[in-house]
Amino acid sequence: MQNLGVEVLFEGSNMERLLGGLLVTIKISFISIALGAILGLFMGLLRTLPIKVLQIILRVYLEVFRIIPILVWLYVVYFGFTPLFDIHISGEVTAILVFSLWGAAEIGDIVRGALESMPKHQKDSAKALGLSSGQIYRYILIPQAVRRMLPGSINLATRMVKTTSLVVLIGVIEVVKIGQQIIELGVIKAPSASFWVYGFIFILYFLVCYPLSVISRRFERRWQN
Amino acid sequence: MNLDWEFIVESLPLYGDAMWLTVKLAFWGILFSLVLGLLFSVALHYKVPLLSGVIVVYVELSRNTPLLVQLFFLYYGLPKIGIYMSETTCAIVGLTFLGGSYMTEAFRSGIEAVSRSQIESGLSIGLSKVQLARYVILPQAYAISIPSLGANAIFLLKETSIVGAIALMDLMNVAKDLIGMHYKTAESLSLLVMSYLILILPLSLVLSWVERKVRYAEFGG
Repeated sequence: MQNLGVEVLFEGSNMERLLGGLLVTIKISFISIALGAILGLFMGLLRTLPIKVLQIILRVYLEVFRIIPILVWLYVVYFGFTPLFDIHISGEVTAILVFSLWGAAEIGDIVRGALESMPKHQKDSAKALGLSSGQIYRYILIPQAVRRMLPGSINLATRMVKTTSLVVLIGVIEVVKIGQQIIELGVIKAPSASFWVYGFIFILYFLVCYPLSVISRRFERRWQN
Repeated sequence: MNLDWEFIVESLPLYGDAMWLTVKLAFWGILFSLVLGLLFSVALHYKVPLLSGVIVVYVELSRNTPLLVQLFFLYYGLPKIGIYMSETTCAIVGLTFLGGSYMTEAFRSGIEAVSRSQIESGLSIGLSKVQLARYVILPQAYAISIPSLGANAIFLLKETSIVGAIALMDLMNVAKDLIGMHYKTAESLSLLVMSYLILILPLSLVLSWVERKVRYAEFGG
């Protein structure tokens, strides 16, 4: 291999552009995770209420996102909304909409699981000690629920970051798209570019997701019980 | 919503072909992932030198990168260093690369979850190491792993929706082409969603049934 081709990553502003593309990915994930968390917290609380109809609706909502692949959702919103509702939304808005709704469904389930797994005697003992119901939530239930929610939520965050790679397929200019542009531009000068560019993007995703997995695993181990 | 039923009937064969492709890819991907996962988890459990290290690195790389990027690297990147694969092979290799690590984790946590007392009782009644694995550890580990193995299978089936990105004529590509050629957006998208429901819903129902069944097989937990 005389011409390694790795230089393509450092030519001109290529590196800068790739990292900029990664930022778009991170931005979309971050906004979706934040919106999903707020909506999901609310949904998780609603799912612990003893209202049958509400429970069925929210359960169906969750299953619908679990069964249909996210890429299908992106297509449905991106290609379907324009003719159906006569509104055009950009790829980026589509992505944030779909990922937030998906995140809300999953986080809702995590929150519900955490709240339901709390042993009843915790609340009873706190009452017996004379804590008010605000204090029970503040000092007993929420700290424990958060512990149970954190590992799953961070895991979900890595899944969301990975899944945002799909937005290139609905025309968002993010890291993969910029990679493609760089490869197309250098097709004659650097024929091996796709190996290095996709290899680099592979590493970039790993660098973003790996720390999150490590944190999630650490929380899981520390708070096993 | 006024659907063009004639168009729907005409496009059914296209969706049928694409569903069959998805089934084939998912079948091989899941099968190879299971084999890989079983071998790797046993190797990790017995701490095979060197190999364990390689497996750990592989699991982390595979779990922390998106399938789309893995596929692009396999399909567009590797030929540049002389490794050529067809689209179908790429898709199966990609699914196996991704699924193998998830299956490894599922089997490994199953093996770890077999309680100590089970192993000690087995040893105390004089079982050999192989007998212990064959009659005590693996049956229980397998029962414990079933739910996560099933979840991984569904995950892989859903991930096949990405193979269209490397020019395979899968459901996503069929839908996109039909939208582009005929502007029958509602029809194409409804068929797309229906296809995935037909593929995944039965599997998901069967799995939750199996999950309830195998729970009886757990002991000493």
